[in-house]
Amino acid sequence: MYADTVVEDKLVHKPKFIALLFVLSFVAFVFFNLTDTIFGHFLMPVIGDPATAGIFGRFAVAFVLAVIFTANIVAIGFLPTRYQVIIVWIELIALFLLFFYTFDLSMEFIQRKVWFMISQGVFTTLYVSAISIAIAFVLAMVGAVAKLSNNGFAFAIASFYTSFFRGLPLLMQVYLIYLGLPQLGWVIDAVPAGVTALSLCYGAYMTEIFRAGIESIPRGQWEASRSMGFKFGLTMRRIILPQAVPVIIPPTGNQFIAMLKDSSLVSVIGVWEIMFLARTLGTKEFKHLEMLITASMLYWMLTMVLEAVQSRIERRYRQKAER
Amino acid sequence: MSENAVEAQDGRGDVIVSMQGVSKWFGEFQVLKDINLELHRGEKIVICGPSGSGKSTLIRCLNRLEAHQQGTVMVDGIELHDHMSNVEMVRREVGMVFQSFNLFPHLTVMENCTSGPLWVHKMPKAEAEEIAMKFLERVKIPEQAHKYPMQLSGGQQQRVAIARSLCMNPKIMLFDEPTSALDPEMVSEVLDTMTDLANTGMTMMCVTHEMGFARAVADQVVFMDEGEIVERNEPNAFFTAPKSTRTKTFLSQILQH
Ligand SMILES: Nc1ncnc2c1ncn2[C@@H]1O[C@H](COP(=O)(O)OP(=O)(O)OP(=O)(O)O)[C@@H](O)[C@H]1O
Ligand SMILES: [Mg+2]
Repeated sequence: MYADTVVEDKLVHKPKFIALLFVLSFVAFVFFNLTDTIFGHFLMPVIGDPATAGIFGRFAVAFVLAVIFTANIVAIGFLPTRYQVIIVWIELIALFLLFFYTFDLSMEFIQRKVWFMISQGVFTTLYVSAISIAIAFVLAMVGAVAKLSNNGFAFAIASFYTSFFRGLPLLMQVYLIYLGLPQLGWVIDAVPAGVTALSLCYGAYMTEIFRAGIESIPRGQWEASRSMGFKFGLTMRRIILPQAVPVIIPPTGNQFIAMLKDSSLVSVIGVWEIMFLARTLGTKEFKHLEMLITASMLYWMLTMVLEAVQSRIERRYRQKAER
Repeated sequence: MSENAVEAQDGRGDVIVSMQGVSKWFGEFQVLKDINLELHRGEKIVICGPSGSGKSTLIRCLNRLEAHQQGTVMVDGIELHDHMSNVEMVRREVGMVFQSFNLFPHLTVMENCTSGPLWVHKMPKAEAEEIAMKFLERVKIPEQAHKYPMQLSGGQQQRVAIARSLCMNPKIMLFDEPTSALDPEMVSEVLDTMTDLANTGMTMMCVTHEMGFARAVADQVVFMDEGEIVERNEPNAFFTAPKSTRTKTFLSQILQH
C-alpha cells in the first residue's frame, strides 16, 4: 500500500464502534445457537449440560463469545501493523483447525496416507502443471502474434482457437480429448491427454494476456524499430517481446496457480494426481473427508509456495524497470 | 547510386527524394492532396504548418510508416510501394528521428546505437561499437554509453536517437518535430546537434517550428496547410516576404511569442 502520513483515530478504539461490534457479534452468536458446539462444552461449569441449558445457555454462550471476540479485536488494534497481520493469521488458522477438529477426523489414517499423497500426487500435479504451462506459454506467444497480424488466415485460426477453448468447460475438453481422439484412431494415454487439455485451454486464456501485453508497448517502439529496417520477426523478438515479458509475467504466474488447481479436473480420466488419490484412497476405507481435507491442504500449501515465488519474480522485474 | 540520378543544372546535387502527385486518405478524410516535392542530395528542407496539416503524414510517407494511395514516391531511385523488399531497402537508407525519441528502453545507449549495425548490417560487434562511439562523441554524450535511456534527460535522449539513426549510415535524415517534447532549456542542445549534422552535408527533411533553425540551416522552407503545400521558398524570402495570406497568418501566430 501507499504510505499515508495522515493519522486518523483508530476506528476500533472508538466506544461507539466497540459497542456496535459487541452488539452485532452477540446477535450473530445468539442467532447461530452455539450451545451444542465445542463452545457450549467449555462453558459446562456455568450452564450445565448443554443439551438442557435452553435459552439461558444460548444467551450465556453468545455473551461470552461476544466479549472474547470484541476484546480480541480491540486488543489487536493496539499492535503495530506487522504483528496485527501475524496474529490475525494465527487466529484464523486456529479457528480453521477447530472447525476440522469438530469433524473428528482420523489423524492416524491421514498420517498413513499423506506420504503417498505427496510422493505420487503432489509430484504428478506439479509436473503435469509445469509441462502444461510451458506448452501454454508457447501457444499463447504464437496465438498473440497471430491475433495481432494482418494475416486473415492466422487471425482466423487464432481467434477460433481462443474462442473455442475459452468457451468450453475445461472438464469437457478433458473428456473430448481423452475419449474423442481415440475415435479418430489415435489412442492417447491419460497423462498426455490431460496435459493437452490443460495446455490448450490455458494457452487460449494466456493468448489474450500476451496480446494485451504486446499491445501495451507504445506504438513508437514499433515505428522506431521498423524505420531502422528491422523486419517483423526481428522487431518482435528483440524489441517488443523483451519489453512485453515483464508485463506478462505476473498474470502468467496467476494462471499457473489457477492451473495447479484446475489440474484436479484431469483426475476424471485417471491421472494419479492429488485429487485422484484423495478420492480413491478415501473411498477404499470410507474416510472421504480425511483425504479431501488433506488434498485441500496440499493444494493450499503449493499455492502459497508459488505465490511467494511469484512475488519474488515480480519484485525482480520491478527493480529492473526502476533501474 | 540510383540509375535515374540527374545532375541538376543549378549546381545542386541530384534528386534523391521525389514525391509526384501524392495523395493520401484516412478513411474519407484526405490528409495529403496532390503533393509534389523534390529533395536534392545534400539539401535541407524545413516543413512547417499548423497542427493537423499533414506534416507528419508527409514525412512518414517517405519511409512508408504510412502508405500513400495515389502518386509516386521515389527515394534514391527506389519506388516505394507495397513490396516489402523495396520498403526495407529504403528504410536502411533513411534515418528517422521522432518527437518522442522512441529509444528502446530495455537496451543501453550503446546497445540502442549498435542494434542497427549488428542486426541489419550483420557487422562484427567490435566494429559496431566503434561506430556507435564515434557518433555518440559527435552528439557529445560518449560518457552516457552504458546508461539506460530512462536515466538521461530528454535532450540527451533525443541526441542518442540521432546518433542511433546515424549509426545506420543513412543517406537521408527525417526529423518529425524533434524538439517539441523537450523542456525549453534542452531545445538548443538538440538544435546544435542538428546544425552540426547539417554542416557535414547530410540530406535532411525536418518538420519543426523552430524558425531560428530554419533560417540558419534550411535551403528551402515549405509551408503546409490542410494537406497541401501552400508555399515553398528560401528561408529569407519565406520569412520576410510570404506570398500567401495563409502563410502570413501562420507566421504572425508563430512569431508572436
Ligand atoms: N492514423 C490516423 N487515422 C486517422 N486520421 C489520422 C491518422 N493520423 C493522422 N490523422 C489525421 O490526419 C491529419 C494530419 O495529421 P498529421 O499528424 O500529419 O498532422 P501534423 O501536421 O503532423 O500535425 P501536428 O503538428 O499536430 O503533429 C490530422 O487531422 C489527423 O487527425
Ligand atoms: Mg505531427
